Amino acid sequence: MTLISAEHLSKIYRRGNEDVKALNDVSLQIERGETVAVVGPSGSGKTTFVNILGCLDNPTAGTLTVDGTAIFKDGNTLSEKKLTLIRRKLFGYVFQKFFLIPTLTVRENILLPSVFDADFAADDKRAAELAEMLGVAHRLNHLPAELSGGEMQRVAIARALIGKPQVLVADEPTGNLDSKRTEEIKELLLNLNKQERLTIIVVTHNLEFAKTADRILTISDGRIAE
Amino acid sequence: MNLLTLAFKNLERRKLRTAFTIVGIALSSWVLVTLLGFNQGYKNALNRDIEGMGFQIVLTAKGCPYEAATLMLKGGTGLRYMPESLYPEIQNAPEVAQTTPMIMHAEFDPYKGENGGTTVFLGIDAATYPAMKPYFKFLSGGWFSAPNAREIVMGYEAAELEQREVGDAYLLPGSEQEFTVAGILQRTGTQDDGMIFLPLQTLQETFNKKGVLTMIGIRLKNDVNTADFEGQLYKIPDVQVVSMAQVRNTIVSLVTSAKIIVMSVAAIAFLIAVFGVLNTVLMSVFERYQEIGILKSMGALPKHIFMLIWTETVLLCASGSLAGIAFSYLFASVSERLIRAFLPFAPHGNLIELTPNLLIFSFLAITLTGIFGGLLPAIKAAKIRPLEAIRSENT
Repeated sequence: MTLISAEHLSKIYRRGNEDVKALNDVSLQIERGETVAVVGPSGSGKTTFVNILGCLDNPTAGTLTVDGTAIFKDGNTLSEKKLTLIRRKLFGYVFQKFFLIPTLTVRENILLPSVFDADFAADDKRAAELAEMLGVAHRLNHLPAELSGGEMQRVAIARALIGKPQVLVADEPTGNLDSKRTEEIKELLLNLNKQERLTIIVVTHNLEFAKTADRILTISDGRIAE
Repeated sequence: MNLLTLAFKNLERRKLRTAFTIVGIALSSWVLVTLLGFNQGYKNALNRDIEGMGFQIVLTAKGCPYEAATLMLKGGTGLRYMPESLYPEIQNAPEVAQTTPMIMHAEFDPYKGENGGTTVFLGIDAATYPAMKPYFKFLSGGWFSAPNAREIVMGYEAAELEQREVGDAYLLPGSEQEFTVAGILQRTGTQDDGMIFLPLQTLQETFNKKGVLTMIGIRLKNDVNTADFEGQLYKIPDVQVVSMAQVRNTIVSLVTSAKIIVMSVAAIAFLIAVFGVLNTVLMSVFERYQEIGILKSMGALPKHIFMLIWTETVLLCASGSLAGIAFSYLFASVSERLIRAFLPFAPHGNLIELTPNLLIFSFLAITLTGIFGGLLPAIKAAKIRPLEAIRSENT
């Protein structure tokens, strides 16, 4: 079942007097529960591509439909408020930097999205379950400064998953980690995909990591070179 | 967890900066509360002092009205005199309910304090003066035994300063004559506390002022128009008519310039504090640019970010304001001493009155101004686009 459908997506940036095509007529479909690895050289447009799929950025042209909702169509975009609500409901994001709030405990960082959503179902129980699943249960009352890099990224993943999203968008989640921690995060994401039927879109430079995905998309000069 | 907790924890990140901002607000709050308290307290203290004089009109020898005002409240040098023969004329006027003749004398006392000082003596008529001051109560002793007795009655503070008790001897400066302390008055909270009273006749004889008076205190009958009676008194040559309203206005005008300067300083301090808050919160927003983007990516709407930053501002302003109010309470006596040192005339009693209404007003004024100052950073933060913020380092 198709969860994300992109048709003829293009993204043009203006840099000085020059137009730069970051994404050039890209189309694809991502199925529910699929894991997709996006690889490519630096500056190839993979982050732009993933940001558009994750509703963080607008394409210049093309159509994007997520879970049956037309996000961008014929140059029209949903309002910022509607986009926020869709992001809140459907997506979880993990970045290379962990962006944990240093004065909040691990538990509070995981529960942070609940501050902005009165209807949020997240509670301590869910936070504890996620922490257990991600191997940071013993760190729930610790501050980020007391954690290792791998642990911080696990907390960031738990925070991304607390709202039970359908899609996890991870932009180089292991970029700041050593090989051992990278392996751990890779295993973790694969388990999440299996256990929670989570759709995962991951940008990575690590080919070993990419090979574990259902599909590898290689982006080059703003196009999919699959 | 809610927005308030999150805002509080955000402020905890830069403890020193947060502390300095709060101290800045607290200082301006302290100045504001103290000055507003002074504004209120000074007026009330002045009214108490003037009402404590017990008469509505004072007749003095002609001279500068400022001098007359000072003379009445504080005693002074260069005193002018009027003939005592005027007294029966005033006393018998049909509009007058009560009168009392007074003569004031200021004498340098080389033994007063470390370097000597001027002592003010007031010669009074023990038969008429106490009726003008019904609140006078004796701590010990009583009024003079005779109109020409060599006795003094001391105000509470004067007795404390001179360390005298009833029955003690007192060497009158300038006369080298020994007097006996007949009575010591209870504290009144007025200028009378520092006064040394002598029988009128005794003072006139001792300092060669026979047949003259410094002033006549007049209380009018209830149905008499004060202004009309003042007009009649002005017909008497070489006298100055000073009503209590005039005294109040004269002193207020003396103090107003000092108050304007101090209020200006307070306003500047207040503005600096507001800009301090603005700067602190704005810096905090810029520092958390990426993080705000992340919060938006996880579902925070512009209103959430606005409220978060605004709540931080409110917390800063409210805590600074409360701390300032606490300082103004704790250091009220120090502030009062400082203010007294700068004033041309300071009445007795509390100069700084910190009432609940004043404190609530100050708290709200500072917090609301701070909240207003926090609008700009809050709006800026609310407008941050998530992707731009995240991209600022993650491209």
